[in-house]
Amino acid sequence: MPIKLPFRPRRQGFPPDLWTKCPTCQEMLYNKQLEKSLRVCDKCGHHFRLRVDARLAQLLDHDTFQERDAGLESVDPLGFVDQKPYPERLAAARTSTGIRDAAMWGTGAIGGHGVAICVMDFAFMGGSMGSVVGEKVTRAAEAALAERLPLVVVSASGGARMQEGTLALMQLAKTVAALVRLAEAGVPYVSVMTDPTTGGVFASYAALGDVNLAEPDALIAFAGARVSAGTIAETLPDGFQRAEFLFAHGFVDQVVKRADLRDVLLGLLGYLRPAPQRRAVSTAAQNGSGNGLLSRPLSTLVDVRADARTGAERSRG
Amino acid sequence: MVDGLNAAMPADSSLAEASPEPVLGHQHRVDDEALREAVWARVQQARNVKRPHTLELVRLMASEVIELHGDRLFGDDPALVGGFCRFRQHRAVFVGQQKGSEVEENVARNFGMPHAEGYRKAMRLFRLAERLGLPVVTFVDTPGAYPGAASEERGVAESIARSIGVMSGLRTPIVCVITGEGGSGGALAIAVGDVIIALENAIYSVISPEGCASILWRSPEAAQQAAVAMRLTAGEQQAMGVIDLVIAEPAEGAHDAPEETARRLGATIVAQLDALMPRALDDLLDDRYDRFRRMGAFADSGTSVTPRQERQSLGDRLRLLLGSGRGMLGAEPGPLRPAAADDQDEPPLREDV
Repeated sequence: MPIKLPFRPRRQGFPPDLWTKCPTCQEMLYNKQLEKSLRVCDKCGHHFRLRVDARLAQLLDHDTFQERDAGLESVDPLGFVDQKPYPERLAAARTSTGIRDAAMWGTGAIGGHGVAICVMDFAFMGGSMGSVVGEKVTRAAEAALAERLPLVVVSASGGARMQEGTLALMQLAKTVAALVRLAEAGVPYVSVMTDPTTGGVFASYAALGDVNLAEPDALIAFAGARVSAGTIAETLPDGFQRAEFLFAHGFVDQVVKRADLRDVLLGLLGYLRPAPQRRAVSTAAQNGSGNGLLSRPLSTLVDVRADARTGAERSRG
Repeated sequence: MVDGLNAAMPADSSLAEASPEPVLGHQHRVDDEALREAVWARVQQARNVKRPHTLELVRLMASEVIELHGDRLFGDDPALVGGFCRFRQHRAVFVGQQKGSEVEENVARNFGMPHAEGYRKAMRLFRLAERLGLPVVTFVDTPGAYPGAASEERGVAESIARSIGVMSGLRTPIVCVITGEGGSGGALAIAVGDVIIALENAIYSVISPEGCASILWRSPEAAQQAAVAMRLTAGEQQAMGVIDLVIAEPAEGAHDAPEETARRLGATIVAQLDALMPRALDDLLDDRYDRFRRMGAFADSGTSVTPRQERQSLGDRLRLLLGSGRGMLGAEPGPLRPAAADDQDEPPLREDV
């Protein structure tokens, strides 16, 4: 099972800021050219990971992104120390990546369609989901509901952040509950899975898109291959847990090359418009932010429940 | 400023015994041997094969137990059981992971590690309970969902996500009990409810101590340190607000006195159902949403945008100074260094199961 190592040897026989070696075809790629081709290898189509700013620039109309909740920062609720204290790991990640945590969210436009968008960045502690990432995804979903904007989440994550213990685990419940309310209100959600989307992120919001897209060859898994192989000594088939495998098993609508991703989203957004507001929903929207969502009257629920059930059934089909 | 954590302190701890672990906020001392042993003893209690498992507990504390099988889509998962049962006056639907108490049964039960069909059976039963107006009681006892090829093929992650979603919006009261191991997403998939109860020696964690140790300490032998660092005991989880009630175990632990354990647990479940059943469903659902909405600890520095610019190396600065056309000092911050995404010094810090 060829798993992509998350690091490369330090010694390289060329200036690393000018050239990058493609891990799939070994081709030497000139960095400027690589940036132009959206960090996809021209020769073999290997998709390198994309930083959050590049992803936003790729998907959104120029200058439309308005970041929200930029000030959210992780704290250390457990006093977690392994080989390094968690606050030190956070500080190191902030310095090396230039961002505050592993996700960024805001509003923007794709071909003129307004969207709420949340993008994860694997460079920040493996894109792991702690309280901040969970909070941002949840706020994005809640804002999408209140402002009736389609929601797009681009995932790149190794899973829940162990340093926050069960508080990280609870982010699964928090984000999914918000997405359920979004679905009940008839506001669509597109999940884009990039390399890698694993663990708690895949087992929560990443799996639940009304439409699920994935980048070619992205690792998408519940448990890493190492864990599967280690704990249950199963030999895993070739191409196991790759985007194409998920596609073959019906969990992804389309595997989309990075160059086409914006166009595919644009096409989808023509269909994925928030449903005309039902009465129950409109009261909630008028109540405004936060608390209004919580106190949404659920009394006129016959049709809403039917909706929710369709969602659950569809998954089983 | 820490949001969420303070607000999430438990309301009722009358049933809890004083926990020997240090209170939250103090730096954990993973090297404190006594503490390590105390915590590890609980981990072993939680995993004790003689510990009463879901069906045993249900038969001891409830009457009229009828087990139901199958997800109507693929098969029946013996690692996750469910059906009807009656807690005193409350008819209810129960769902729980089921481990075996000796080797053969454990193999048949897949050591309490459900596949996707297990969670889909759970969802089927949740929906049934909702339709019949019956409350749901779940029993969590699993190392985690099964991490194998078959389970990935059938979408175990998707089934966990859906199950969490179904529970968060289910229009009937839900009582969750962590009876043994609360292992990661496979546990949470049936642990979203109105009240979360745990037995004293139960544990709840985002990853197994062994998994955490092999990733963060690079050695599974550090499992004891990892267990201490993750604060996975019921007492500590209660202090964090993840668990509401901790039920003291009799004698040497639940395995030593299953009847008494079941009696205490049964009484608590009945009391919780008494309190939850008369509540208006809309309020109940809003409180349930709010309960999980509050989970998490973070600060809001309030300042906006502009990510910190990376400190450049001398070479970079010289190159810039030599004026390669695209930017001089004071130019707008460049893009985030793309290589960082592929160029990690360390393996990703992540949960793996």
